[in-house]
Amino acid sequence: MGLLSKKDSKLILDPLADNNPITIQVLGICSALAITAQLKASIVMAVSVMVVLAVGNVVISLLRNVIPGKIRIIAQLIIVAALVIIVDQVLKAFAYSLSKQLSVFIGLIITNCIIMGRFEAFALANKPWRSFLDGIGNAAGYGLILIIVGFFRELLGSGTLLGFKVLGDPIAKTGLYAFGYENNGFMLLSPMALIVIGIIIWVQRSRNKELIEEH
Amino acid sequence: MGLKQNLHKLKEKYKGTKMAPAFNALHTFLYTPNDTTHSGAHVRAADDLKRTMNTVILALIPCLIFGIFNAGYQHYAAIDATLRLDPLGNFFTWDNFILGAWTVLPLVIVSYAVGLGVEFIFAIIKKHEVEEGYLVTGMLVPLIVPIDIPLWMLAVAVIFGVIIGKEVFGGTGMNILNPALTIRAFLFFAYPTWMSGDKVWVHGAKAMTGQPDAISGETILGTLAANSHPVYSIWDMFWGFIPGSVGETSTFLIIIGGLFLIFTKIGSWRIMLSAVVGALVMGLIFNGVVDQGWIQDGSKFYGLMSEPFWHHLIIGSAAFAIVYMATDPVTASQTNKGKWIYGFLIGFMGIMIRVFNPAYPEGFMLSILLLNVFAPTIDHYVVQGNIKKRMKRLKVKTA
Repeated sequence: MGLLSKKDSKLILDPLADNNPITIQVLGICSALAITAQLKASIVMAVSVMVVLAVGNVVISLLRNVIPGKIRIIAQLIIVAALVIIVDQVLKAFAYSLSKQLSVFIGLIITNCIIMGRFEAFALANKPWRSFLDGIGNAAGYGLILIIVGFFRELLGSGTLLGFKVLGDPIAKTGLYAFGYENNGFMLLSPMALIVIGIIIWVQRSRNKELIEEH
Repeated sequence: MGLKQNLHKLKEKYKGTKMAPAFNALHTFLYTPNDTTHSGAHVRAADDLKRTMNTVILALIPCLIFGIFNAGYQHYAAIDATLRLDPLGNFFTWDNFILGAWTVLPLVIVSYAVGLGVEFIFAIIKKHEVEEGYLVTGMLVPLIVPIDIPLWMLAVAVIFGVIIGKEVFGGTGMNILNPALTIRAFLFFAYPTWMSGDKVWVHGAKAMTGQPDAISGETILGTLAANSHPVYSIWDMFWGFIPGSVGETSTFLIIIGGLFLIFTKIGSWRIMLSAVVGALVMGLIFNGVVDQGWIQDGSKFYGLMSEPFWHHLIIGSAAFAIVYMATDPVTASQTNKGKWIYGFLIGFMGIMIRVFNPAYPEGFMLSILLLNVFAPTIDHYVVQGNIKKRMKRLKVKTA
């Protein structure tokens, strides 16, 4: 990447794999379980978190010398809350059905551990540009897992991708359904999201043994 | 040259290669190994893991054979109800056997082929010997699924159950959940239309839906949950001439199998007895509620609650689950006191789930899985209690 220095590109690339917020740090699991039954919702969630985290990181970074240490959590919360409300309103205005489907989970971005974690761990101690990259990187790492989980859950659970019937029509019995294939209802339930994430963690750690925690 | 020599030669040929575990497993499954340990003190005992597993399989064989006949019987009896007038006379017939074998044996074959395949692959990848754990699971699985479950679904569930239920925890002996029940739970939540309702328990019922000569066969639990009365006599239920999962209908044969397991000291009589007691206690509580008039006819729990408490042991899979599933030595509590608690709660909660949530047609699957998770905790407190007691004794003595 010519655009970014090596140090900066590390900020974006690290959270995608070896320091992934979900599979390595195990943060932000709740929303990953709740909204990944469909790919579309996963993507929207990933984008929303990216907006909130990148902008929030920049704002916090700009204010990092102004915010008194004792009340910094409250200050951070106000900033996240403001950003989340903006995202929520935008979704309501331009993608109403989707915002209905994501229901409370957009609002719950406020409580997403990844966001407060990055504010605390990075934005409070770094300059705005680097904080912005860090926000983008971590949100991308989070979104990547969300999209992978959403892909498998929608494909195997509903037989669709982004609403398109890629495996055929289950009622008219076309495509795979003609051979007796049936959708796996378990995929639509939250426990299966946890198992899919578990499998991703398993694959990732067996490919890179250094990631295996010692205990 | 006999089979043993051939197997031995194969084993020697592949010694040290990647495939060695697969051939070792085949060899030791059928014969005792040629070589013995040469150094160190060791105990020689005939009841190794393979023997234990084979004993359980022996105990399951009557259920399997009965299940084969019953599969045919239920199909023909659903078409011609007069057969039910003389169940015994119309039960052990060639027609029943052929139809039953045609539908049940594929389940057995798929269960074993897929499950052992996964075990062999894992043994080769992880470079350890093939573990025997699947031998019993492979026999249990076809006995606890509805007769018409599509084979690919069974295969998917077996792969899931063996990998997620067992291998990720470290293989046989390390699993938290009973693999056979994990497989069944997966099937139940993934493909509920094939696992419940009145169309899945009799062969052909689902395929014939909508036709004029459509057949159906509701399980007794389903009938009771719908607040109507089952058409089967209590003796039919006891002998097992009723629709249900393949191998769990005959309480009589399960009792025989259970006695066999207790006699050979493979299954824990503590778990079986306490689970029976737990189920009876819960049943009595429900009967008491009905007797007190706290619940009226027409309430959605009335049908199951008013069933005489001891009936609960012979309908549904209660007996099968208690004898073959709850006693799984890996996932049950290990301490004797723990076994009493573990068993009692399985029976107690099994009936509770069965009555309060008829949407889950068999409470015992869920109650055993739940108690599997709690078994280590139960053991922990039993052991801690024992340590405390001894510490106290020590203090009294030294003081």
